[in-house]
Amino acid sequence: MKISNLIQTAATVAVMAAFAVGPATAADKVSMGFIYVGPKDDYGYNQAHSEGCAGVQKLDWVSAVEEASVPETTAVEEAMRDMIEQNGATVLFPTSFGYFNPHILKLAKEYPKVQFFHCGGMWHDGLPVNVGSYFGYIDEAEYVAGIVAAESSKSKKLGFIAAKPIPQVLRNINSYTLGARSVAPAATVQVIFTGDWSLPVKEAESANSLIDQGVDVLTCHVDSPKVIVTTAEQRGIMCTGYHANQSVLAPKGYLTGAEWNWSKVYMDYADWVHSGKSLMDGTIPHLIRGGLKEGFCKVSPYGPLVSDQARSDADAAKAKFMDGTMVIYKGPIKDNTGKVVIPDGTEFKQRDIELEKMNYLVEGVLGSTGS
Amino acid sequence: MSTIATLATTANPAPAEPVSRNWRVLVESVVIPVGAILAALVVFGVFCGLAGASPFSVYHSIYRAAFGNWYAFQNTLVRAAPIMLCALCTALPMRLGLVVIGNEGALVMGGLGTVLVGANWVTAPHYVALTAMALAGMAMGGLWIMAVGAMKLYRGVNEVISSLLMNYIAIAILNHLVNGPMHDPSSLNKPSSYPIPDANLLGNIPGSRVHFGLIYGIVACLITWVLIEHTSFGFKVRMIGGNLRAARIAGLAVGKISLTVCFLGGAAAGLAGMAEVAAVQGSANESLVTGYGYAGILVAFVGRQHGLGVLLVSILLGGILASGGMLQRVNHLSDATVLVFEGMVFLVILYSESLYGRFRIFQEKAA
Repeated sequence: MKISNLIQTAATVAVMAAFAVGPATAADKVSMGFIYVGPKDDYGYNQAHSEGCAGVQKLDWVSAVEEASVPETTAVEEAMRDMIEQNGATVLFPTSFGYFNPHILKLAKEYPKVQFFHCGGMWHDGLPVNVGSYFGYIDEAEYVAGIVAAESSKSKKLGFIAAKPIPQVLRNINSYTLGARSVAPAATVQVIFTGDWSLPVKEAESANSLIDQGVDVLTCHVDSPKVIVTTAEQRGIMCTGYHANQSVLAPKGYLTGAEWNWSKVYMDYADWVHSGKSLMDGTIPHLIRGGLKEGFCKVSPYGPLVSDQARSDADAAKAKFMDGTMVIYKGPIKDNTGKVVIPDGTEFKQRDIELEKMNYLVEGVLGSTGS
Repeated sequence: MSTIATLATTANPAPAEPVSRNWRVLVESVVIPVGAILAALVVFGVFCGLAGASPFSVYHSIYRAAFGNWYAFQNTLVRAAPIMLCALCTALPMRLGLVVIGNEGALVMGGLGTVLVGANWVTAPHYVALTAMALAGMAMGGLWIMAVGAMKLYRGVNEVISSLLMNYIAIAILNHLVNGPMHDPSSLNKPSSYPIPDANLLGNIPGSRVHFGLIYGIVACLITWVLIEHTSFGFKVRMIGGNLRAARIAGLAVGKISLTVCFLGGAAAGLAGMAEVAAVQGSANESLVTGYGYAGILVAFVGRQHGLGVLLVSILLGGILASGGMLQRVNHLSDATVLVFEGMVFLVILYSESLYGRFRIFQEKAA
């Protein structure tokens, strides 16, 4: 490391001497490392992050390295350490939710000068100051996708294949359902929990089972929607995507989808770090969140089967998200056992912490969290 | 060197140790595995060439990332530790002639046992807590695989199938417990059990970043070696594996010995689960299920179900896994490349076993 630094510095000096100016030379580069739990081309969670990395890699003052398929064990600690020690990374994005505790926290204490940004919003006071969290309210995009799904469906039976009944997933299912029922009050969303983030066989079985029950629009919250989207296309029904854009997998039936837009978030971080800001001195906030308005997520371009009516309804909802007037969780809202979970007159805005403890499925969802 | 010779002789589970070891056999037992690894490297080099990377730069990366210096070698050892213990869970019953692949389940059960003790008995002094957690992990893993052995012995249930299915049962139990009775309400989006207090976590070996699970693994491998190769109990085990009927006729307590060995195998994997919980994760959750158990099956076969073989092959696999990152970052190969390499190395090593005794040059000359 020492020698390569020396060479790098020498090269920089040489370049600066040659041109007598040097605003963006090698030494100014922000060195970043990205770590994913699965493959980079999974059409899902990891691809969304890798696309974000590709975004910052275009900046000539950023050098970024990636490692994919790193499990949530000591393997990720070693990956982070190698990026710091061997690549000189000063900014790390270990993206899987399960990397945070204990792995990121452990490395953050060991390398107090390196900044760790984690996707998931888990930072709180008392944790190392060189760790920050970011997350997006992608359920806003799900709400819009729900509108499109319900208006495109003939049977008004929608299907949702989800990994685990945890708050983040339940919120997506509920927002999707509320979106759907805002335009088609009789629409139902049949949910199946597979039990884990990546179970392609079970996801395909669930997709087929839902289609056999008359569902004609499928969506999901699993790490890679690929199997579900292709199954829907092969069986001749419609689907809405998640995480990344899957329209190439289902050119006919892909209606729209809820996509992450991490390149915007990563560019912001890169800019801040480049201009000398840091988590440690408080000039970069420890918690960053945003939805459609802030550009953290987006809605996939509409597919060929989306009617003009659906387009205009979806665009109207999107516009309300953009100007900040939309509130998804506005009482009265009942869960699917008939219990009132948000009373009349109460509303929870997107940033409300209450929504992050969600443990119910709203009326119109067929299924239960206790599976 | 004599250990390598022992390794070679265990290929055919003859009950008796050879008395004299010919140097040709010794050379054969070195040349064949080394040749196999070289052959795998050549095939892998061709693969890398096709993928657009220079094979020599790839070899250099693998060496640098896995064995290049103490910093890199620790990465290898960190990865080898759980695999070593998991491999014994297949290797030990294999010596009885039982193919047990329930390593992953035993690891999970061991992890659960560890948390049951560690998260509930929070006031225990450090070493008492660690001992209790280790014993609980070993007991849970051991009983889990002992059940597989018992089903085979007394009910004739195929142990391959039953142990495989027991993996799914263990994972389901884990998911149930961390979502239900053991759920820590603060672990919202990653359901986990209550954590083990920091004071009772298993630390690192002084002067390194490798946790004590590695020492557990090395000790367990050495115990296995002595027990199976150098005690009368081990002789009985090998006899049962060599010829079950003969062992019965000879009056060996087949049931008792088999269950004991299954328990020991499961206990090793359970101990791996204990180290994962107490040294790495701090609580039980889905991160326990990352395939260490399945890697262990492979290591047990390649290491020829021998304590020392398992030790060496785990470190080899640890090194291969450790190189995965550098292949991605330096050589810009895909994340699956390291799996291709792993598959090639192990396939060629397994194939090379059929070559023992086939080269005339290694054969003893008729006296």
